[in-house]
Amino acid sequence: MTRSSSGSLPRYILQRTMLVIPMIWVLLTIVFLVLRVAPGDPVSAALGGQVDPAALEQRREALGFNKPLISQYWDYLSSVLRLDFGTTFTDNQPVLNVIRDNGGATLSLTVAAFFIALVLGIPLGLIAGRTRDRFPDVVIRLFGILTYAAPIFFVGFLLQAYVASPLGLPTSGDASPITIFTVKPHTHILLIDAFLSGDSTAISDVLKHLILPAATLGLLVSGVFIRLVRVNILQTMQSDYVEAAEARGIDRGKVTRRHAFRNALVPVVTVIGLQFALLLGGAVLTESTFNWPGLGQKLVKYINDRDYGAVQGIITIFAVAIVLISLLVDIANALIDPRVRY
Amino acid sequence: MRMLPAAITKPFTQTSGFARWMLVIGIVITAVFIICALFAPWLAPYGFAQSSVDGVRFTKLGHPTGGHIFGTNDLFFDVFSRIIWGARTAIEVVFLSILFCIVIGVPLGLVSGYFGGWPDRILVLVMDALFAFPSFLLAIVFSFLLVNILGGSVIAVALSLTAIYVPQYYRVVRNTTVSAKEATYVEAARAIGATDGVIMRRYLFGNVVQSVPVLGTLNAADAILTLAGLGFLGLGIQPTDAAEWGFDLQRALDDAGAGVWWTGLYPGLAIVLLVTGLTLVGEGLNETLNPTLRRRRLLPVVMPSRGSAGHPEAKESAR
Repeated sequence: MTRSSSGSLPRYILQRTMLVIPMIWVLLTIVFLVLRVAPGDPVSAALGGQVDPAALEQRREALGFNKPLISQYWDYLSSVLRLDFGTTFTDNQPVLNVIRDNGGATLSLTVAAFFIALVLGIPLGLIAGRTRDRFPDVVIRLFGILTYAAPIFFVGFLLQAYVASPLGLPTSGDASPITIFTVKPHTHILLIDAFLSGDSTAISDVLKHLILPAATLGLLVSGVFIRLVRVNILQTMQSDYVEAAEARGIDRGKVTRRHAFRNALVPVVTVIGLQFALLLGGAVLTESTFNWPGLGQKLVKYINDRDYGAVQGIITIFAVAIVLISLLVDIANALIDPRVRY
Repeated sequence: MRMLPAAITKPFTQTSGFARWMLVIGIVITAVFIICALFAPWLAPYGFAQSSVDGVRFTKLGHPTGGHIFGTNDLFFDVFSRIIWGARTAIEVVFLSILFCIVIGVPLGLVSGYFGGWPDRILVLVMDALFAFPSFLLAIVFSFLLVNILGGSVIAVALSLTAIYVPQYYRVVRNTTVSAKEATYVEAARAIGATDGVIMRRYLFGNVVQSVPVLGTLNAADAILTLAGLGFLGLGIQPTDAAEWGFDLQRALDDAGAGVWWTGLYPGLAIVLLVTGLTLVGEGLNETLNPTLRRRRLLPVVMPSRGSAGHPEAKESAR
């Protein structure tokens, strides 16, 4: 590596990090505009009919809704800077507590789903790419299209109707009440807490509850990986160095494994980061389908309660998380692939 | 075929094998659903919220029988009729949202890319931010607001779908405009005195909308899923306003463990089929229009046979 290219990596990371600030600002402004400037009074929407008008007015004042919009905007931005994401209107909890109590369930669901998607998607994509337009490719591509075309709640419905009872798998919640009662919360992630407790019935109970939701979400994401790995393998197999390797008489299987496969996976790393958005969106539906006590289900509950405070807080945290994750992905990419830095 | 313009026949004549099959099967599936949507009142045996006929109530959660070929659901409605009416809802919402996307996204991208400057930069930033956000969450937030304002109508849901797809149209059109406006033919047009409006309408428009059909079809597939997802969460169209497959699946979930499969299976299959159809059309078009994926059909090359060409040497060796 030449001097100039090694020097450009820190510069790239710095430039990319600087970009985080305007991105977060734009997202926060959009969240504010959409949720705060929208017509209607959030406080009476959430609490209307439950408390008397004087108390309503008091809440409105406490939350700053009687101030002019521009100062509300300023208050919102500065409180986010202090990592204060507000409180919910309906049950008066700090939004960060909601995230802490429900984020763990979403995290274990998404990580497990992601694992299933990788294990399923990458080999299938590889096989499809190597057998282009022949029988395995057609079958795998149809499978990929079907995993995309079948909505999460339909896959969930099918699993609940046809798979759950023959295998004796639970279809609701992330553990039996007895497990939730006995396992001590250390990390607020039930799976890790169960392992920490060392109680084998608790571990198997938590894993059993995880299988169907994780499979449902994982199937959706596996389709994306199949498509991506397949297209990348096709493009890599047409490149000059693969042709050169074949010209040297190396057999096709070895060329695919040693030469094409690794290069074909570089763009996959980028897309893995982008799948975070798909996973978050998919988690909302998976959680509602399997009554999984995660953030997505909580968000839907707050939306149905018209709780603007909770919705705004949760969406704000999602927005910040997304910008930070895209930063990490870009940096990881720059480390893997030198071409990105230029 | 010869009567049709080249733009329509090109995807068929220039593809082969799998890509062509995808396109044909996709178009057939999509056409079936569009016919269901257009002729729903004639095709569906009952109304979408009809629970009795001639004063006789349908059975609740009735098995599929001759009278109700797909059975009845927990609200006493006929499942088959709701599938047909659901096609109308889905096609309406998707058609409107893609139309809004094109009407907003294409001119915005064209003007923004052509003139550049700070409005362009701000728009890019806003659209990138919208694009980075998980689209389904964005749809949830927008439908939450718009349903509050407009009620759970088709328009409200179509607008929230527009909000999540419009950045893609903007980006595609803007980026192609930025590179196309430097082309020689644009410079030539400017030299002969064409105004900015004329250049955008007559010279750039046709070149920058090339990728919109593929984008539109693929987004239509995604929009069906998003619409159903919103309906499933109870955030979309109100069940009394129209039949909606996602909402029906939500109702079906409670009975899934009790052996009632028909209330969920048929709406689910309808979603899968329509989304598959639209995806196949989009992918098929993409393989035809995208040169990096395209595989042209190879016509057999007819070489003049060696003996008849009057080649003296060939004649020699033939003997």
